[in-house]
Amino acid sequence: MTTTPGEKQSRFDPEPMPRRDFLGLAALGTMIAAFVVSLFGMLKLPKAAVSASPSKKYKVLLPDALPEGEAFIPPGRNVAIYRDGEGVYALSTVCTHLGCIVKANAKGFECPCHGSGFAKDGVVTKGPAPTALPWLKVTGGAGVYTIDEDSHVKAGTKV
Amino acid sequence: MDEAKRSALNEFWINLKTAPGQIYRAMFRGGAPVSDRTRSSFVFGNVFLHLHSVRTHLWSLKWSTTMGLGLITTAAFLITLVTGILLMFYYKPYPDVAYQSIKDIHFIVPTGRFMRNIHRWAANVMVVAVILHMARAFYTASYRKPREFNWFIGWGLLVTTLALSFTGYLLPWDQLAYWAITIGANIAQSPREITDAMGITEYFDIGGLQREILLGSEIVGEESLIRFYLLHVMILPLILAMLMAVHFWRIRKDGGLAKPKNVDELVAADQKEHYPVFTEAPQKTYQLAAVVKGKTPAVGSGPENTVPSMPHLFYAELGVLMFTVLICFILAFVSDAPLKELANPLVPENPAKAPWYFLGLQEIVSFSAFMGGIGIPMLCWIGLGLIPFLDKETEGTGEWFGGPGGAKLVGWSALYGFATSIAVEAFAIRFGWLREWFPDIPQLVITFVNPGTVITVLYAAFSIWVLRRFNSTRAGALALFTCFLAGFIVLTVIGTHFRGPNWDFFWSPSHWPGH
Repeated sequence: MTTTPGEKQSRFDPEPMPRRDFLGLAALGTMIAAFVVSLFGMLKLPKAAVSASPSKKYKVLLPDALPEGEAFIPPGRNVAIYRDGEGVYALSTVCTHLGCIVKANAKGFECPCHGSGFAKDGVVTKGPAPTALPWLKVTGGAGVYTIDEDSHVKAGTKV
Repeated sequence: MDEAKRSALNEFWINLKTAPGQIYRAMFRGGAPVSDRTRSSFVFGNVFLHLHSVRTHLWSLKWSTTMGLGLITTAAFLITLVTGILLMFYYKPYPDVAYQSIKDIHFIVPTGRFMRNIHRWAANVMVVAVILHMARAFYTASYRKPREFNWFIGWGLLVTTLALSFTGYLLPWDQLAYWAITIGANIAQSPREITDAMGITEYFDIGGLQREILLGSEIVGEESLIRFYLLHVMILPLILAMLMAVHFWRIRKDGGLAKPKNVDELVAADQKEHYPVFTEAPQKTYQLAAVVKGKTPAVGSGPENTVPSMPHLFYAELGVLMFTVLICFILAFVSDAPLKELANPLVPENPAKAPWYFLGLQEIVSFSAFMGGIGIPMLCWIGLGLIPFLDKETEGTGEWFGGPGGAKLVGWSALYGFATSIAVEAFAIRFGWLREWFPDIPQLVITFVNPGTVITVLYAAFSIWVLRRFNSTRAGALALFTCFLAGFIVLTVIGTHFRGPNWDFFWSPSHWPGH
């Protein structure tokens, strides 16, 4: 059945819309709305509310014989711990450039991937690293320390 | 035969005997491609072949027009598709297990090692061919109207190809894979270099978000592997296949390959060696477009120097396919795909190198993560996509290097491109860069003034000079594209051959210190 527009009662009445146009527009409108809503849902999917990652808070037994200025790397961890006259501090050994693991040497650290160099207090001495190695939160004492890789502290904080 | 005697059983028997022929004729209605008409129906009656036009211009069949580079890319893709599906029978996308399954494929599965080698080599062939194909399209100015959109599609195909290679790199879960992806994921995070320097990372951490979405976690772990696997075997191949279909279809819709203006004179000699245009009177109007109004490229064109696509084009295509298969077979036979030790998140490879086509990037990343990994590549990528809209001259379309004098310009640009990048690299390797001279320099200065950006600025300056000197956008484009190609080659060679442990410079890998 074809729809004929009805008689207008007054010149101020809007032009009546044919049924087919209305149905067509309704279909198009709901399709776009459904698509946009589902797109938002799909875009949220790749980022989980909680992401799986190993615990980054752990205890470390610092050897008594650790000489001043020599890095102690706990087995299986990307952390370097130093002890000097003022106390104990820990640096992350994840390069701030592109995430390789820096290697401790006599002067500080060196990154194998792109040659960034860091001093023993984490300051960049060489290469492309944009920022210093972060200082990590250390608590405890008497040889047993808790390292929290997720909490960074101000450079120079020693316990 | 008498109608009454012809029993249903007899009829059935005859039908059964003729069934194979009937099935064949039901599938191929056009008959053998022996006349122009049946050759045409051979093409337009086939869903796969009808991406081609029924007739092909003699110019398109010349080796020097395309060098078959697009076909090589396609053939390499088909090879990776087949071998990739075969590898999926044994591959298990889970950390550690993945590594063992690759070892199984290498040592236990019959032909597994060969399949993996072919897969790896075909992927390399595809990357090389797609870059050369892009260069071919650029140097013959095939991106111009009406082919701008197809250049755009090709631009997407280049990125998808590189993304496919990159995602495939993680799957073996060996040291090479793990650290290349760690570096790649941190490049995605490198906008932090800017946000950190501005002190706004806390509120606006686009880099961290990119990395987390790519890896699905804070570390390269099981979530990352399944993400890369899904991208590699499903999402990216689907995107690639769709773009390829559009790419091929548009070649036909854009009026075939780009041809020079005087193409009819150039192919006149070849025409005599081929079949005449029509060997029998056509049963349909051959080119309806010739009499209709419209904007499609075929409208208004006169008689053409064309030959039937079957057999001329298809046999050439098959030849290129077999050539590509042969190349991949030989490479797979003489060289094994690498597999290092199991991934170890505590000890990076030294040096940790990405696949060779990313080593140019890795070289400029070693100056600044953001500029090298995102800033300059994005600039190149956007520039490439805009080429058809920035150079709208019509002179020299379809001719190598835009006609006479172009080769000389390209030669000088290449020389400049090589010399500049080598000089800047040599300076940085010999004398170091800003941080070595001024230890307290702010990071933002290094981000914007480093060997990578210096080379980029020198290239841009040169091409603007060329553009003004010859008063031609095409000349500027030729200079810029050639420079960047030269720079890509120089940086890739330095990254591949001259960089060793700690990304230090070595004349040869044999000088690397033991570690």
